[in-house]
Amino acid sequence: MGAIADFLGGPDVVIAIVKVVVAFAALLVATLLTIWFERKVIADMQARIGPNRWGPFGVLQTVADGIKLFFKEDVRPRYADRWTYGLAPVMAAVPSFLAFAVIPFGDHVTVGGERVDFIVSDLNIGVLFFLAAGSIGVYGVVLAGWASGSKYPLLGGIRSSAQLISYEIALGLSLVPIVLVTNSLSTVDIVAAQAGSVGNVDLFDGTFLQGVSELFEVIPNWYIWSQWPAFLLFMIAGIAETNRAPFDLPEAETELIAGFHTEYSGIRFALFFLGEYIHVVVISAMAVTLFFGGWNGPIVDEFLPWIWPVGWFLVKTIAFVYLFIWLRATLPRLRYDRLMWLGWKRLIPASLLWIMVTAVVNVNPEGVDEQTLRSIRLAVFGALFLLVLFVVAKGDPRLKQVVTPERPRSRRAQKQGVKSGSS
Amino acid sequence: MPEGYFGSYVTIGVFAVVGLVLVFGTLALTRLLRPNVPTRAKTLTYESGIDPIGTGWAQANVRYYVFALLFVIFDVEAVFLFPWATVFEDLGTQAFVEMVIFIGVLALALLYAIKKRVLEWL
Amino acid sequence: MADTYLQVIFWAFFALMAIAGIRVVTTRNVIHAALYLVATLLGAASMYVLLYAEFVAWVQVLVYVGAVVVLMLFGLMLTRAPIGSANFDNNQRLVGAVCAGLLFAVTSFIMVGAFEGQEIDFTGTEGTKVQSIGEAIFSIYVLPFEIVSVLLLAALVGAVVISRRDEGRVDS
Repeated sequence: MGAIADFLGGPDVVIAIVKVVVAFAALLVATLLTIWFERKVIADMQARIGPNRWGPFGVLQTVADGIKLFFKEDVRPRYADRWTYGLAPVMAAVPSFLAFAVIPFGDHVTVGGERVDFIVSDLNIGVLFFLAAGSIGVYGVVLAGWASGSKYPLLGGIRSSAQLISYEIALGLSLVPIVLVTNSLSTVDIVAAQAGSVGNVDLFDGTFLQGVSELFEVIPNWYIWSQWPAFLLFMIAGIAETNRAPFDLPEAETELIAGFHTEYSGIRFALFFLGEYIHVVVISAMAVTLFFGGWNGPIVDEFLPWIWPVGWFLVKTIAFVYLFIWLRATLPRLRYDRLMWLGWKRLIPASLLWIMVTAVVNVNPEGVDEQTLRSIRLAVFGALFLLVLFVVAKGDPRLKQVVTPERPRSRRAQKQGVKSGSS
Repeated sequence: MPEGYFGSYVTIGVFAVVGLVLVFGTLALTRLLRPNVPTRAKTLTYESGIDPIGTGWAQANVRYYVFALLFVIFDVEAVFLFPWATVFEDLGTQAFVEMVIFIGVLALALLYAIKKRVLEWL
Repeated sequence: MADTYLQVIFWAFFALMAIAGIRVVTTRNVIHAALYLVATLLGAASMYVLLYAEFVAWVQVLVYVGAVVVLMLFGLMLTRAPIGSANFDNNQRLVGAVCAGLLFAVTSFIMVGAFEGQEIDFTGTEGTKVQSIGEAIFSIYVLPFEIVSVLLLAALVGAVVISRRDEGRVDS
């Protein structure tokens, strides 16, 4: 067993520490910038100016806020459970960090003969690690709700954790089709499988649509084309996992004050926020990794060839962070029963169905050649896409219908009402 | 890149330790720098500005518990899907049929829960 | 020399698990007990990692830490569980200790007997592949796997039956 000994003795340990430090610095800066970006973008969408005092375009506003929270008194409510109360914000912030460890944010670079991959740790079960880190994140919410010794946080905590666990299943199931087409749980393998262009589609060969075939040579081979339903499921579940609009029920200020973190102030409150924004960045980065080719990009120049993939990765991730912000500025909050309806009656059945569809399409019956299979798969996906476009264009009548909440009567009274009405 | 299996986990361990040190370090540092003047009114439980009534415990709907139970069941299901997905290409039709039965039974379970109206909130 | 590091890591996690395990049964606060249980389970996950079983390790985190203990916490938060001062402990610690000791002895005996001196090769640079686990489940252990789905179905039906509102009374 020399692996650890070699590891601790060699130059690897320096590389590992440098990577860890760089990853943390990058995440913290990303958080600061994301908060500023969000405030600026939402201000712009609401025809305001947004932060503009500290630094150019107010970019240092978050730093100022952070310093303020740093020096604020940390008020602990009297009935709080001291130990658990202190632990909750840590449990909210650290798992969000951890999930970033398996995201490849660039290709590799050779420094002094040592190959350095742009990923903190390429685990063979990276996708599972990402899910496991997310599942630990639930503890931050549950413990904060319980430990505060207060009613609103308790209700908010229970409500929020029920939401998190409901959407966690959909999140996990939405990753299965990707694993199925890649045959690997490693994020590095998933990115590698998306390199290059779609290419080599002979569906239209010999017809007047010859040009379409050539078009496929320039389309990047990302999973989004074939796996867009999985992407939609992943994005919806991912946004719900970050507790952000339109799934920000845990913090519904009009009914629950601030949900599970009502009783938190000062630096502990800041830690909850840090966790939330890092989660946004990590979910965005994961969406890029799984569905948009990760660090793959159309141009890699001779000049500093390692910096281009990092750049492509950043551009794509920022686009997704923008999507998060855009949704927050646009969509109203879901009602709780609609949230559960969406999670359990739509997302979970839909993701199970999509796993089955992907499996059907990818089954390799003997005696059929590769090219025909590719064409059939493309045709199936195309037909599905058109079908969904049609449904969306037509509109689901159930979505348009105004749902009035039932009066909070007991079921007994309802049943009797129905009975007397019908007889 | 640290080589091998243990190398990758040592890196993960270092990552986790650095994260914890960072968070706890910040907490310890602020403890030195921030004021700490707890008064009775300040440490009172927040209840929209009025004096709190009763204990900090509030009755929540027991239906939350059903969702947690269902979550455990479907979490176990999801865990089985991952190894299946990795060997799907090798085992092909056989693995496909096995998983159709597995998912079929669990889809039946979900359908049962829907029909018995436990997934309805109001 | 080389595997000293492994030994150190193993004993560190062993100590963590032992202390947390003892605290689970000695703490007076049930929520704290649940958290010590989380620490014990995370320790077990690290043990799996040390045994090259990374898939099992993360499944352990995902299912036990992420789901089963969360379910327990839900139960504690929804009921007015005796927290802190209340003495929910009874005077059967001795009986409990004897039972736990017996259980431990029987389990260890069976486990040692079952593996009969098989040893893990700690020189490998790769963990157990998920693919080999998948192949084992889907070609050798097919029947147990399908039974798991029926078991889960039974669990769900049980959960639904227990939690349903009592509708029988309405029909009078």
